[in-house]
Amino acid sequence: MNARYEDLSAFHMDVLREIGNIGAGNAATALSVMLGQPIDMTLPKVNLLEFNDVADAVGGPEALTYGVLLNLHGDIDGMIMFLLNRDFAHLILNILMGGAYESFDEMDELALSAIQEVGNILAAAYVKSIAELTGLFINVSVPQVSIDMAGALLSVPIIKFGTVGDKVLFIEENFQSPTQSVMSHMILFAEMKSLNLMLSKLGLA
Amino acid sequence: MGAVIVGISDLKLAKPPDTLVTYALGSCVGICMLDPMTRVGGLAHIMLPTIKVSPGDTNTMKFADTAIPDLVRRMEMQGAFRGHLTAKIAGGAQMFGSASPASSNGANDIWQIGQRNVAAVIAILQAMNIPIVAKDVLQNYGRTVLFDPATGIMTVKSLNKTIQEL
Repeated sequence: MNARYEDLSAFHMDVLREIGNIGAGNAATALSVMLGQPIDMTLPKVNLLEFNDVADAVGGPEALTYGVLLNLHGDIDGMIMFLLNRDFAHLILNILMGGAYESFDEMDELALSAIQEVGNILAAAYVKSIAELTGLFINVSVPQVSIDMAGALLSVPIIKFGTVGDKVLFIEENFQSPTQSVMSHMILFAEMKSLNLMLSKLGLA
Repeated sequence: MGAVIVGISDLKLAKPPDTLVTYALGSCVGICMLDPMTRVGGLAHIMLPTIKVSPGDTNTMKFADTAIPDLVRRMEMQGAFRGHLTAKIAGGAQMFGSASPASSNGANDIWQIGQRNVAAVIAILQAMNIPIVAKDVLQNYGRTVLFDPATGIMTVKSLNKTIQEL
């Protein structure tokens, strides 16, 4: 049994990376269906990052960021957080709403719920790939959305899982629409017993 | 003169002309402490109220009940007098879930962690007889905190808000 994230072997990390890759592929497909236009993605980068490095990897702790946070429960206890930068959020909103959201001030309830739905769809795509690979039952909560400094948004899941270790599974994905390339970040937080369960279901524990 | 950066679950000391900064506090709490006589300043960035939730955790700077005594001890080692210390605190916001429905796995607990962090920090400082001379806590937005031991001023920056000097 691995007691902390730091105990995971390089092989375990490769497996988690592969799950991340598959999830990212599903997410791009789901996004493409939602937006009604082709969305390509480049091979995602999947890494274990220290808490203190996560905010830097998404553009700095103070960068204005759209955060979507979902709880995972069922066989797995964890959280998924999507961090979308301004460009990504505006691309999605402009396609979905045909409007021109230019600034933070123009975000209204409708725009926020659209972002929430995108987070929901992307998370479902990742969770589906984990569930299919492992045969585990995973339930996803209603997503919560907030717009603030990246570091402040991240504090919530980091606190929740701060006793598990000082690292998180970090997936960086580049989505390309016909007109634009935007980046999203997904962070998976999970209790060690959940990660161990995932690995054991894959025959790797 | 430079700003010493304090990370998450971290604490640092500084004397003038150096200053201290910690970025984007969400539900975490920043505790600025100063001995106005010796100008020894310190800043801790805590994540959780108590180490009791994670016995044996090696990073004592993560928890209010271990980080604050650590901060005081280290300031004393730099010549500060405990009887002179004053504190200013910021953070402890609720970043998500203002109207969140009850969740089957007790998710509401985590939405309110900011509030619990603030309560723990206040209780610990009170128990140590360290007066809290300024605070900017709770609400629902992130804060970057700068602390200047030369003036004792804690500057709080948030997105789309006026900078506060406390």
